[in-house]
Amino acid sequence: MKQNNYLRTGLFLTGVLAVLICLGFFWTPYSPTAMNGSEKFLGPSLRHLMGTDNFGRDIFSRVLKGAGTTAGIAFCTVAIGAVCGTAVGALTGYFGGIVDEALMRFNDVMTAFPSILLALVFISVLGPGSKYNVILALGVVFIPSFARVTRTAFASLRDVNYVKSVRLMGAGKARILLVHMLPNTAQILLPAITIGFNNAVLAEASMSYLGIGVTPPDASLGYMLSEAQGMFSAAPWYALGTGFTIVLLVFSVGLIGEGLQRRGKEVA
Amino acid sequence: MKFAAKRLAMLLVTMVVVSFLTFAAFSVISGDAAAAKLGTEITPERLAALQAEMGLDRPLMVRYGEWLAGFFSGNLGTSYSYQQPVADLIAPKVLVTLCLSFLSFLLIAAVSIPLGVWSIRYEGRTGWFWRFWDIVRTVFNQLCMAIPPFFTGILLSWLFGILLKWFVPGQFPELTEHPGGALRYLFFAAVSIAIPRVAMTVRMLRSTIISEMRKDYVRTVISRGNDRGSVLYRHVLKNSLVPVVTFLAQTMAEIVAASIVVEQVFGIPGLGRMLVASISNRDYPVVQVIVVILAFWVVLASTLADLVNQQIDPRLRLGGAK
Repeated sequence: MKQNNYLRTGLFLTGVLAVLICLGFFWTPYSPTAMNGSEKFLGPSLRHLMGTDNFGRDIFSRVLKGAGTTAGIAFCTVAIGAVCGTAVGALTGYFGGIVDEALMRFNDVMTAFPSILLALVFISVLGPGSKYNVILALGVVFIPSFARVTRTAFASLRDVNYVKSVRLMGAGKARILLVHMLPNTAQILLPAITIGFNNAVLAEASMSYLGIGVTPPDASLGYMLSEAQGMFSAAPWYALGTGFTIVLLVFSVGLIGEGLQRRGKEVA
Repeated sequence: MKFAAKRLAMLLVTMVVVSFLTFAAFSVISGDAAAAKLGTEITPERLAALQAEMGLDRPLMVRYGEWLAGFFSGNLGTSYSYQQPVADLIAPKVLVTLCLSFLSFLLIAAVSIPLGVWSIRYEGRTGWFWRFWDIVRTVFNQLCMAIPPFFTGILLSWLFGILLKWFVPGQFPELTEHPGGALRYLFFAAVSIAIPRVAMTVRMLRSTIISEMRKDYVRTVISRGNDRGSVLYRHVLKNSLVPVVTFLAQTMAEIVAASIVVEQVFGIPGLGRMLVASISNRDYPVVQVIVVILAFWVVLASTLADLVNQQIDPRLRLGGAK
């Protein structure tokens, strides 16, 4: 197989970020909330990699914590969306029938709501400000798109010869779906998961930016950007550091998706 | 014609379902709204009285029917926090958001279609330069997709607003009084919405056109002596139009979503900003109406796309290929 540099670079960058984020859960150079009146608005230096903000807090430490929150929420969101969506899509795609038809029509209605809009509706129903409500709202919002992708994949595999033959050999339905068909949809599911993760990162960041998602004391990259916007002239490194962290996170995972898609094309 | 009628009927059904779902979702929490309004002076009797006053004690379907009738006659209810009719609050903001969406849409279509077609022209060439070019293009594309609109917005409003002073961030000119200034202001917001979407559209166009170029009829036309360029413009583009139109309609949904955030970044007094403020204030009558308007807007776009597509592709008109 040809070298897949996109996949490799993406995995490497994501790996580095993941290590940094995991590190941030246990240790940060400074406490992300410790204020230091004598070190306000310092530019980036070796002591403070991304400078300090108006309270003298170390921005790099805050970014590490914030990236952890954002990536953690995105991860949980995608987990909910992918597991539920795949289950629904697999069952409806394989069995078809009225339930399939009804769920797909319902899916059409759900696509009328742009993802952030729907998440905002859920948030205002559940109550704003809690991390878990954000995960729940975004997770539910992501189910339909996964269901749609999985349904198409399973429906197209339903009458393929190898599925027919395992059916003739007397394999149970659960076995056909999980052991035989699921691995063969990975080509479609894995890129969908990377795209979903990126959408979740952007959605979480947008919601926190609007002040409806994660709120202090939890740090989130989106909320930090809304803080940073007000002091852009005094401390541009705050917004730049936070913003480029989001860009880098989405970019690395996007490269993995690109690599996976290219590999899929080579195999096909 | 039959197709159009069917599609319009579907549009109506979708809108009714969308508005009902929204209404039902907010009915679940409206009880809280009455409780929140009373605050610390809450007693069961007072709560019941206020719920009756707000009309919350009647069955859901009745309230939905009244609300729907009100929606079409312009009576959208009263805002909890401003004590004003929702219609008066929202009316000036609808136009602003519409302008922003249209501007973003135009920008996306005008930039991404030529760019996508241009990127195809050199497809299939070999040699180190084209391999390198492919990598540069892919990385740049991924980078553009990774930039969140609100981050671009912050950078643009600093660069053009504070450094170059092309507009004053936070002071949105009245749309009806200074249309030129307002449109210039909206243009920067539209750019930050458009950048990631342009990248996605170009990517999508590329893969659609490339898979179309591999079809048998293209090989035949080329074997008869036409060059790739003329085949691309005369045959392939027409045939790849249907998925592109569908994709652009989906883009409308993304624009609406992004405009909610970008309006906040630039301080544009549109529906999105009102929505966010109302969610924080738990002002559900306003939230409900804005959600329904934005969802209608998206459904309308996808219906239009379907109608355009069946004009482009006769197979869809005959109902053969769905």
